[in-house]
Amino acid sequence: MKKIYLDYSATTPVDKRVVKAMKPYFSKFFGNASSLHSAGKLAQKALNDSREKIAQLIGINPEEIVFTSGGSEADNLALKGVVSGLDYPGQHIITSSIEHHAILNTAHFLEKQGVEVTYLPVDKSGLISPTELEKAIKPNTVLVSIMHANNEMGAIQPLKEVGEIVKKERIKRKNNNNNYPIYFHTDAVQTLGHIPFDVEDLGIDLFSVSAHKLYGPKGVGMLYLKNGIKIESLIHGGAHEKGRRASTENIPGIVGFAKALELAYQEMDEEGIRLTQMRDYLIDNILSKIKKSHLNGPSQKRLPNNINISIEGVEGEAMLIDLDYFGIYCSTGSACSSATLEPSHVLTAMKLPPEISHSSLRFSIGRWTKKKDLDYTIKRLILAVNRLRNISSIS
Amino acid sequence: MSNCFKENSKIMDHFFRPRNMGVIENSDAMGEVGNPMCGDIMHIYLKIKDNIIKDIKFKTYGCAVAIASTSVLTELVKGKSLKEAEKISSKRIREVLGDMPVHKYHCTILAEQSLKSAIEDYRKKHD
Repeated sequence: MKKIYLDYSATTPVDKRVVKAMKPYFSKFFGNASSLHSAGKLAQKALNDSREKIAQLIGINPEEIVFTSGGSEADNLALKGVVSGLDYPGQHIITSSIEHHAILNTAHFLEKQGVEVTYLPVDKSGLISPTELEKAIKPNTVLVSIMHANNEMGAIQPLKEVGEIVKKERIKRKNNNNNYPIYFHTDAVQTLGHIPFDVEDLGIDLFSVSAHKLYGPKGVGMLYLKNGIKIESLIHGGAHEKGRRASTENIPGIVGFAKALELAYQEMDEEGIRLTQMRDYLIDNILSKIKKSHLNGPSQKRLPNNINISIEGVEGEAMLIDLDYFGIYCSTGSACSSATLEPSHVLTAMKLPPEISHSSLRFSIGRWTKKKDLDYTIKRLILAVNRLRNISSIS
Repeated sequence: MSNCFKENSKIMDHFFRPRNMGVIENSDAMGEVGNPMCGDIMHIYLKIKDNIIKDIKFKTYGCAVAIASTSVLTELVKGKSLKEAEKISSKRIREVLGDMPVHKYHCTILAEQSLKSAIEDYRKKHD
């Protein structure tokens, strides 16, 4: 049976061109980049070249990159690293209620350590309000962390406005002789390599990325750390990554990350248009062919690859299992699918009624999705919904 | 994904081929558990004669395990006396369904409760 993978926001297959680039660095050029001999130098060169390539593609400086084990570590390093790196009492940070758990649970941890945290609400389409952010900033706010785009319902957040608010606050503090710094971090795991991302223009001081969301390998990511920002390392040890993250560098992973990002940037414009067309095709077909179905998240400011819908009267995980049986892979915000038995915190923050959250499905398309895959998905989804509605106690 | 969703598992069998699914129009009793908040709503309909469950049907809004649990429940109690039927526990349903993640146990507990709620409804009307 044909397998149709529509869960690219969860992870992506590694592109064959990336695998090819990584291959020599497993057994042939296996050296430790810290070694002084020639084998080590080769590894060091691969590390430097990859760092430079990534920096050049994004438009940042190579030394502003801290390679990590992935997006979660980068998020942890951003929040904990900034807070512990600053010697200021009574720190306050601001984030949103729809962040990835790597941010939310790190923020909860920091709360236990005495850091004050504000969780900004979102409107019904999943967007934060810059006005609310402006109101939430205090003289002791040191970090604002707002994700670039949400992984569940694709809402692209108004980062430009966030960046401007942070800059304005910096000027205000200078005038008030308040020497608390304020930084702007964004979790760009769903966006880098997928949609345009201009660090300077958006006013970003730190951002997190993961390679496996852009057809690179798992287990590698990075934190961008603007020159001049001091952070405390989470992993203490050797002087790797300029003392900001100890551990022998994952050379094959980093090489793969650089190659994956290069390909993503080469193909971004064309791929963005192709995916947006397919996204809207799938949304329009579902909404017009399935009664009592709704789109979750914004219709415009939305990731090109994200489709999140709720279908009344049928539970999300039941639909997921039905589709899985026919080779279609997607995800759901239903409580049944989570060990905590709570529906998605993102859909809940958007104030969707619980029965709508339980009935949600996310399809995320990508590099190898074809229109005929979507046609088959629409056909199977209609059959699944009809079957399950017939069983359902909610008419 | 857990093994319980393997093609040939009991859960998948009952999920794709639910037994006794539907509504009994002139039922003698009806049971209902769950709410939209928790994501599972089960309805049980009973036809009872001389304290024997002559017919049983269910309707479930919920995940695959919730649907399979109610389906198995109906097979377990059809033809049984009310007294025997009341003894059917969620554990018994799990024994029939086989391996499932712990966070799915509540689906089988809800199924047990849905039958109890239907029997209670019958007793209220007939005692």
